[in-house]
Amino acid sequence: MKIHEFQAKQLFREAGVPVLEGVVARTAAEAKQAFEKLGQPLAVVKAQIHAGGRGKGHIADNPEQRGVVLVRSADEAEAAAAALLGKTLITIQTGPEGQTVNQVFVEQGCDIARELYMGIVLDRAAARPVLMVSTEGGVEIEKVAEETPELILKEHFDPAVGIEAFQVRKLCKKLGISGPAARSAGKFMAALCRFYVEKDCAMAEINPVVIDSEGRMLALDAKITFDDNALFRNKELLELRDLNEEDPAEVRAADSGLSYVKLDGNIACLVNGAGLAMSTMDIIKYHGGEPANFLDVGGGANTEQVTEAFRILLADPNCKAVLVNIFGGIARCTTIATALIEASKTVGFNVPLVVRLEGTEVEEGRQMLADSDVDVITAVDLTDAAKKVVAAIA
Amino acid sequence: MSILVNSETRVLCQGITGSAGGFHTRGCKEYGTKMVGGVTPGKGGQTAEGLPVFDTVEEAVQETGADATMIFVPPPFAADAILEALDAGIRIIAAITEGVPVLDMVRVYEKVRASDAVLIGPNCPGLITPGECKIGIMPGYIHQPGKVGVMSRSGTLTYEAVWQTSSLKLGQSTCVGLGGDPIVGTNYIDLFKLYENDPQTEAILMIGEIGGSAEEEAAAYVKEHVSKPVAAFIAGRTAPPGKRMGHAGAIISGGKGTATEKVAALEDAGIVVAPTPADMGAAVKEAIDRQG
Repeated sequence: MKIHEFQAKQLFREAGVPVLEGVVARTAAEAKQAFEKLGQPLAVVKAQIHAGGRGKGHIADNPEQRGVVLVRSADEAEAAAAALLGKTLITIQTGPEGQTVNQVFVEQGCDIARELYMGIVLDRAAARPVLMVSTEGGVEIEKVAEETPELILKEHFDPAVGIEAFQVRKLCKKLGISGPAARSAGKFMAALCRFYVEKDCAMAEINPVVIDSEGRMLALDAKITFDDNALFRNKELLELRDLNEEDPAEVRAADSGLSYVKLDGNIACLVNGAGLAMSTMDIIKYHGGEPANFLDVGGGANTEQVTEAFRILLADPNCKAVLVNIFGGIARCTTIATALIEASKTVGFNVPLVVRLEGTEVEEGRQMLADSDVDVITAVDLTDAAKKVVAAIA
Repeated sequence: MSILVNSETRVLCQGITGSAGGFHTRGCKEYGTKMVGGVTPGKGGQTAEGLPVFDTVEEAVQETGADATMIFVPPPFAADAILEALDAGIRIIAAITEGVPVLDMVRVYEKVRASDAVLIGPNCPGLITPGECKIGIMPGYIHQPGKVGVMSRSGTLTYEAVWQTSSLKLGQSTCVGLGGDPIVGTNYIDLFKLYENDPQTEAILMIGEIGGSAEEEAAAYVKEHVSKPVAAFIAGRTAPPGKRMGHAGAIISGGKGTATEKVAALEDAGIVVAPTPADMGAAVKEAIDRQG
């Protein structure tokens, strides 16, 4: 689960990770008041969407309008908010369709002496979280990792202990941070690592982290993703979820216990198991088609879930055909057949339907489909299924 | 021979009184696995699926001589269940549970790797030596005793591969579902070592997917240390970056973990890579034929 920058900064403040004062605004008038409340000569108005790259991104019908604006008066803050709120912001991470800006964060400015990048992710190979710091703050870290990986310093840590003091000293030495700034950095890093563990983050990224003219380390940005599997023990975080930032069909699917990801193609697929679902997309593409989605109905899918899955697939206006690929293990072919027949009655198939069944109760499942009125193109194996579904829309 | 489990393996089920634990204990028993008991805290002294239930794994081991376990306990308690099995001296721990917090696995992983025990999973179908011992949720009847060692990060995709190798009359020595999470107890390299030394295994099929770098690391290992024919398949060539494809571990992040990179690394190591999931069995055959 992702959250907004202003929410992440509130959590940072509570966790002792230093941030600047800021106020969230949902209207231009609120942004004006926010500037006055901060009472500083300058502030930054930042569009709040879940994607990164906002500073270099632009508003859909206004290519000059960036997602992050420096303002020097309450009127400027109001104007900047008006130019962002309700508009579509396109960044390198949103894709060409962009994301609607529903709120802005008005944050006080600061006197920046140095900009750094800081992030914590799970290092899968080492099976430990790793704190990464780079002198290349404010730029795309993926690019740094690609071109100059030596500029990213890494320290793994034990979640039960957190980052050790000597590790912070090593990092500061390499970064050339000393004196009061090193003390501030030590507290900052320790607090961030603790936060990562306490809230079960999957990723915490701050780009940039800055050291101001007084030697204080501050988080100027905050991008947090939580481990969905651990939300049961961090229930307070669920209130921070913003459904506006998520694809409605994906939310609907998740509510039914289905794993769904929307794609750009026109051949919908319904599969059991994540690996098989991915491979089904792959084989559609291999035979010249374009998959419309990833959909894993899971191992223990019941008739209602599968029927709901069909509704979601058929609600996609791009859907020109459906491929059902089931290798019954725990999931039985008869369950899928029942759901298919049910869905044809309640939802109605107006596009070609190719079905490949294999595994548990396959004969019974096939017979059920043969005996029904559902217009099904049956396939004997995966290749046959992929070829038939591609041919069906040719 | 086979790897990890055989007809002598004595198996417990942790979470046997839950619906999934009970259902699959029955399935394993029917397959012929030596199921010897179950564990559910607070339900010791009862019976489930005709087997004695114990409060702790330690008791269960003392009473039944179990050396393997399959874990079906809910995600919040799964890490604890794994550590309990480890503490009781269980040799093979298969964690089927999906949805274990990844930081719990950081803690568990370190302890498991420091021991002699083998953890399979979590978020996996389990493991099976056809005709001898099935520990987990895979449909037993698609398997056939034979010569291919199959290992995979995905459940149903493994069934697909097993089905194909059975149809080609190659059969399987032992099939292991590694699990779809970012941190799992056993990786490809651990199993390559075992398959390489197992006389029954004549060829190895590894089924990978996008995310992480386990396949690349395995490819480098194969190049140096594996003499048997190896075939592979990677799921997710069409997966978009930044989106989790069902499995918690199946995500391309920061441009890393793409199928293209993985396929290139595998091919570079001389591994036959199946172009589509329908060609996994054929790829194994080709790998065998190539070595003559």
